[in-house]
Formats: sequence, C-alpha cells, structure tokens
Amino acid sequence: MRNIHNSSTNVTSISPTRPSLPLRGRSFRALVLAPEMPLGDWFANLDALLARSPTLFAERAVILDLNGLTPPPAAPEPVSTAPDGPEAGSSPTPADASAVAATSETPAPAGDAAPTEQAAPSEVPAEAAAPAVAGPDLPATAGPDLTALLGELGRRGIRIMGIEKADPSWLVPGLPPLLAGGRPADATTVPVPAAPEKRRPSSLVLDTPVRSGQCIYHPEGDVTVMGSVASGAEILAGGSIHVYGALRGRAIAGAGGNPRARIYCRRFQPELLGIDGLFRTADSTDPKLRDKPVQVWLESDALRMAPLD
Amino acid sequence: MAKVLVVTSGKGGVGKTTTTAALGAALAQQGQSVCVVDFDVGLRNLDLVMGAERRVVYDLINVVQGDAKLPQALIRDKRLDGLSLLPASQTRDKDALTDAGVARVMDELRAKFDWVICDSPAGIERGATLAMRHADVAVVVANPEVSSVRDSDRIIGLLDAKTARAEKGETMEKHLILTRYDPARAERGEMLRIDDVLEILSIPLLAVVPESEEVLKASNVGSPVTLNNPASAPARAYADAVRRLKGETVAMVVPTERRSFMSKLFQRRAA
Repeated sequence: MRNIHNSSTNVTSISPTRPSLPLRGRSFRALVLAPEMPLGDWFANLDALLARSPTLFAERAVILDLNGLTPPPAAPEPVSTAPDGPEAGSSPTPADASAVAATSETPAPAGDAAPTEQAAPSEVPAEAAAPAVAGPDLPATAGPDLTALLGELGRRGIRIMGIEKADPSWLVPGLPPLLAGGRPADATTVPVPAAPEKRRPSSLVLDTPVRSGQCIYHPEGDVTVMGSVASGAEILAGGSIHVYGALRGRAIAGAGGNPRARIYCRRFQPELLGIDGLFRTADSTDPKLRDKPVQVWLESDALRMAPLD
Repeated sequence: MAKVLVVTSGKGGVGKTTTTAALGAALAQQGQSVCVVDFDVGLRNLDLVMGAERRVVYDLINVVQGDAKLPQALIRDKRLDGLSLLPASQTRDKDALTDAGVARVMDELRAKFDWVICDSPAGIERGATLAMRHADVAVVVANPEVSSVRDSDRIIGLLDAKTARAEKGETMEKHLILTRYDPARAERGEMLRIDDVLEILSIPLLAVVPESEEVLKASNVGSPVTLNNPASAPARAYADAVRRLKGETVAMVVPTERRSFMSKLFQRRAA
C-alpha cells in the first residue's frame, strides 16, 4: 500500500550569497475522517469499519475534518456531496462508507524556511449522512473536546496528522496543526471490499516444488508444499510449515513470534530449521532422523524434533 | 512452427555446448533444419565444437545490433545439410545484447528453421536469462553431482519465472539430460544415481549420456559427437534424446560402449 501519491520536488534557493539549504515539497495522500454530531453513533460506525478492515488507517496520514462538529448555527446543513476532485489526475471516486479521502498538499515553500502546510476538504457521501443535524452533544458555545476526541481515535490506533475546518479557538497546545487548502482526491487506496480477504485465515499451498534460490515468505499463516523444498530454497512462515516431499532447504516457522508453530516434512534433510527465532543447522540435528518423516516443535525454549512414525 | 530449445545448466563445464552441438547435429541427421545459437558472448565455444571457428565473420551481436543481416552471420555446416550456426562474439560482452534485438533475431530464426537451439552461458545472469527468454522447451544439463544438481534446480526455478512463456502464464516444457554418467561409479556410491537426481529435480529425463572419451575426441576435431562417431555411446544417447524431443517413444537405456569380444576378455582379466 503506497501512501505517497505523487511527489513534486521544487528546490528553492533562499539566498544567493551562502550555500542554500535545499527544501523540497512533497504531496501525500491523506485519509480524511469527518466526525459527525452524535459522536457515539459515529464512533460505532468507525468501529464497524475497523472491524472489517483493521489496517485501514495503519501507516497512513489521517486528517481530521471538524466541519461536522461546528456549532449548529454555524453549520445549518450538513455537507452531503462534494464535487469530484477538480485537479488533474484525480478520478471520480467510487466512494464507500465512512472513509473519506482527500489529498493534503504540502507545496514547496518559496524562499521561506517554514513549510506552509495546507489541506483542503473533500467530502464524499457517507452511509452515515442521515443524522447529524439532531441534538448536539456539545454546547454550542464551547468547542468540542478535541483532546478527548483525539484520545478516542488514538485508542483505535488512528493518529491524526492535521486538523482542518476547525475554529482556531478550539485548538489547545499539543494538538496537530490546523491545515487549510487541501485538494480533494479519490479514495483509491481504501481497501474496504478487499479487507475481508485479508482477514481470511490465510494458508498458502504450493503445488510445485520449491526450487533452489526461491524464497517463499508468508508472514500470515501456514505454508504447505506439495513437493520438495530444494537445497538452497527458503520458506519463511508466520505459522507452521508442512512439506509433503523432501525438506532439503531452510524452513523457518513461526516467524514474527509464534512459538506454537511447527515444521512437518516427509523426508528430513534440512539445511536450517527455525521456530520463533530459535535455529538449528543441519549439523546439529540427529543423524538418525535423516530421510525420515519428522516434526519439529518448540518446547521450553528448545527445538525438539522427532520422527512421525 | 519452429521450436526454440534452450540448453542450460547453471553450472559451467557440465556439457551444455557439447549437448547443443550434439542435439543440433542429430536433429539435422534426422532430416530437420536446425540452427544452433551461441549465447555465450565473450566466451564463445560452440564454433570450436562445431568446427566453424575459421569461418566466423559476423556474429549474434552484429545481428542483434543491426550491423549485419541474419543470413550474413549464419554459418552453414559443411557436413550436414540443414545445420547452421549463429556464433557469439568473443570480443564483446553480454551487455551488448538487447532484449528487443534478441527477440527480433529469435523471430527471424523461427521463420527460417524447424529447430533453434540456444546454447546458454553458465550462471544465472543476463546472458543466461536472455538465452532462455524466448525458448519453448528447455533442456537442463546436469552431472550426477550435488553442486551441478543444485544449480540445475535453481535454473529450473528461473525457467518457471523469467521466461516469456512463464510471464504469459504458460508452462515451460523442461527435460533433463544427465551427462558424464558412469553406472559403475554410481553403483559404488561415488556419484549420484539417476533416481536421486530425478527425485531432486523432478523433471522428465530426456537422456543419460555416459562418461566417454568420445566426447573430448570429437570436440578436439571440431565435430559434434553425434557426427564424429554415431556408433559411440554418447552419440546414441543424444540420437535417442532427439527422437524423444520429436515425440517418438524410445525406451530409456543408458548406452554403453560396444566392446569387441577380445577387449571384454581383457577387461575381465584386468579386473
């Protein structure tokens, strides 16, 4: 998943007299979260979305759009539809649900050292467009409790990079910067339909032998090889490794911390075995196990191996 | 439609060039029109084994770069009708081969011949991947020895990943030729047995070429072994291999040298 959408590099020289510090501009794609008034409902929607795609906000720039939280007199009608991105390159949005996307641009600063960050809104119709006008939870005069809001988001693993459309008086020190001037962009990277796929218990089955020099890396689940694993090949699995042929290469199970992972093979001739960070080379395995069907597991911080029959 | 065949192995010195020349000559002997192409730019050998080293004017690089036309570079074998050689350059390096240029030359060769046999350089770098890139069939040459077998396994992985066929999602037909095989030594456990090699590589066996002094003899006089002494054991193994490539069913035997009754007698006594 790429966050960097496009990069514009404008190098600006500040002063002709001394060597200038090159300053670059870069534009990233940011997701925009727009909380709406019954915050309880909104968070419930957000939790449902996160349950479907837990990694939606992971390692992504997220902007908080506070338009929906402005006091009622100031915001008589909720923004329902926004035009598609006027900029070249942004295509019509097949927008889904409560995730809303926009580009936040950080253009190259001209002359001055301080980068002027800007972000602009784009609202895409959300499922939860209906309510929001109803009784506000917050007093109209005071601003919303942004610290609490950010805390709630942080508890869900969402870190806010910037805030837009907020009354400057709401901001207290320590909050992310107030942004303006972002351009809308499509939410192509929002993998909402793809998300259930990720959550499937993923086990990888290979019908072909794993050849020397090939590396199978499957961090999420078990790897099953219906052929042999050649000398010089490597299998790295987050779960267990099953080899229905000869295991002549390297097998590393439980990569990423799973002490319950095991390695099973039909013919035991491995170069290297590993489970959850513990390794054993071929030299230090019992020669009696060679060529036999064997399983390898972890028991009280030691690799144990035994014939299967 | 022409078939493009790549002879490859990963490891050097296992008999790729010998095999290329022998298969090419055997196909021509069986009435096919064949071109053998040397992809070993910088270390060309095929012209020597084919006995054409004194007739090279233009080479593969010249054709790829458009300095010469394909017919100008092709060397027709004097002994066999239907056998041609496209030599490699000895002075240039592999970087002179461009993807597009090689693709164009292979298309031209396909139009001209029944079989195009590419002699791959050793290794897994650009020269080797370019040689295998446009192939329809791969002949993997291995010796009954662990390092050769492991390198061949690596090459088989690349054949399934880096060839034009693999990238189109098609499968590449792969065959094994086991060379320098000595049944007696394999029996004594001094070299891998055929079953061991097949078990590791798990591709179909095309031929077992026995270790024989005929191979060196033939390459020293600049003649493919199938042409130099068709009755020799390696020549018969290659001839059988070619029949299998053409789709005939031939029983798999490991050919042995035919000895006269007297020499058999002496062999016994010495042993």
